[in-house]
Amino acid sequence: MTRPQRAAPFIPSRIRAGDLLRLGSAGLVAKPARAVLSALGVAIGVAAMVAVLGISASSQARLDAQLDALGTNLFSATSAPPVTGPPVPLPPNASERAGRLPGIEQSAAVGTVAAVGVYRNALVDPGRTGGLTVTAADLTLIDVVAGTMRTGHWLDQATSRFPATVLGTAAAQRLGVSAPGGLVRIGDQNVLVIGILDPVPLAPELDYAALIGMPVAQTMYGFDGSPTRLYLRIEETSIRAVRPLIAPAVQPGTPAAVAVTRPSDALAAVDAVDETLTGMLVGLGSIALLVGAVGVANTMIISVIERRREIGLRRALGATRGHIRLQFLIEALVLSALGGAAGAVIGSLATAGVALASGWPVVVPLVVVVVGVASTLAVGAIAGLYPAIRAARTPPNTALSS
Amino acid sequence: MSALLELSDVVRVYGSPPVTALAGVNLAVATGEFVAVVGASGSGKSTLLNIIGTLDRPTSGRLSIDGVDTIDLTDAELSALRARRLGFVFQQFHLREGTSARDNVAEGLLYTGMPRRERLALALTALRRVGLEHRVTHLPHQLSGGERQRVAIARAVVGDPPLLLADEPTGNLDSRSGNAVVELLHELNAAGTTIVVITHDVQLAGQLPRQVRLSDGRVVSDSSRKVAS
Repeated sequence: MTRPQRAAPFIPSRIRAGDLLRLGSAGLVAKPARAVLSALGVAIGVAAMVAVLGISASSQARLDAQLDALGTNLFSATSAPPVTGPPVPLPPNASERAGRLPGIEQSAAVGTVAAVGVYRNALVDPGRTGGLTVTAADLTLIDVVAGTMRTGHWLDQATSRFPATVLGTAAAQRLGVSAPGGLVRIGDQNVLVIGILDPVPLAPELDYAALIGMPVAQTMYGFDGSPTRLYLRIEETSIRAVRPLIAPAVQPGTPAAVAVTRPSDALAAVDAVDETLTGMLVGLGSIALLVGAVGVANTMIISVIERRREIGLRRALGATRGHIRLQFLIEALVLSALGGAAGAVIGSLATAGVALASGWPVVVPLVVVVVGVASTLAVGAIAGLYPAIRAARTPPNTALSS
Repeated sequence: MSALLELSDVVRVYGSPPVTALAGVNLAVATGEFVAVVGASGSGKSTLLNIIGTLDRPTSGRLSIDGVDTIDLTDAELSALRARRLGFVFQQFHLREGTSARDNVAEGLLYTGMPRRERLALALTALRRVGLEHRVTHLPHQLSGGERQRVAIARAVVGDPPLLLADEPTGNLDSRSGNAVVELLHELNAAGTTIVVITHDVQLAGQLPRQVRLSDGRVVSDSSRKVAS
């Protein structure tokens, strides 16, 4: 016998993993335009998801940084609307009372000066207050709310006794004041603007206020000294213990008439609303991914039909059904993985673009990228399965003669 | 005489209503033979080639190749048989466009699990064997028809299979290229490869040592022996 393998047991058909990968990619290289277009569908889906989650994460990072900078230990106490009867105003010495509690680092009171508006000049109709309030403020206010001056100076012992005002950002804009030194009309007096505040995220009501000193408010505008709001900084470690004591300390007789809130909670709530929107957008992104998957499946089915001869030839060369199935499955996987990788890059770039344009830190969560690309692999596997099975079922004899 | 290929009472019936393509074929091919299977269109010769090549299964009857009874083999086992013991040459060449002659030939060993480097080395040897050492990196569309068929033959014999099956190997070639291909097949046969050629080209069949004639799914004549009709 010249051929010793005659009696040898069967050596099964085998193909190396590297060769399978090469075959899977070769099918795509043969029709590059088609591959790029069908990968594009997947890319758009992944890009949408990565961008939505990345932008949301960047905005979250900005908020976290903001909260870190502002602190979450600022509390605000106001007169709560009563169930029956007239509202109970905070007592004039509310700030001192609260300040005596252990764990309170700083306190400041503000009081809206009732029935007094702020105007550009004496000619403006008093009814057109522009939504601005005149507020008497303690000198400690700026430190308690972590406010900063955009320009000019904060009130001091001297200016708080004179007709001088510090404007909130929005108030300055509405009054057409961009620099200190000008006059605005408060009530029936011309008042000197000595400074303009930056926006105060934890006390946005101050943005719409013209702030004047407590003494001048009482002497010139008849302010009764009852604050409308207290701002309190509490030691981080004492928050839990001190918070319930604030209302009784301010109004020992009717603690229920004092509402204590934490302004940073409102910022966090804004973010929670964002999450709902993010969820919807991710949903849209996954629909795009699904449409991309349908594109991949479609491309693969066409590819299988067009390549019946190749399938037949490979079967003649010794490929098993499993080899054919794997070849087409890998082709679908490579196709969608390319789309996924491209989508991750596009989504990350979009995130970076939006974040940089908004002045946020750029955050592309790695887990989002990994999950995005992994989901394209899952999508590729599902989209490629039917075409691959169909390819493997092609009878070799009919495939060759077609 | 050791039979490399043996068919007994092979019947193949297709579809519904049933059409009988092969109506009981008996054929034995010994190692080293060079056989032409001839017949008109519809005589069943393509079906016969598919069955011998294990690309199709007989409805009934037995087929053994290289000492292996194929009837009870699984699909994967038939694939293994094709990968190592059969070589195919087609009228349409079936080369992969955009892939060099050498890579096309190396594909003949793809499903043996041999590393690429070794496959490419053997492909070079096979191309030399078919006289195409100067066309190694050429793409199929840069080759003439005759050269393409020689690349296809190199792919079929690169794994040195005991049996080579050729389906109208000269059908798409002019007579000069066709003669060169037939000459090449003769050389391969002389070097020990058993070859079965399916053709309706009587002139080609006449150049081969043994002719088997099919008609209506039966062997009606065999130049090596008398067949009862």
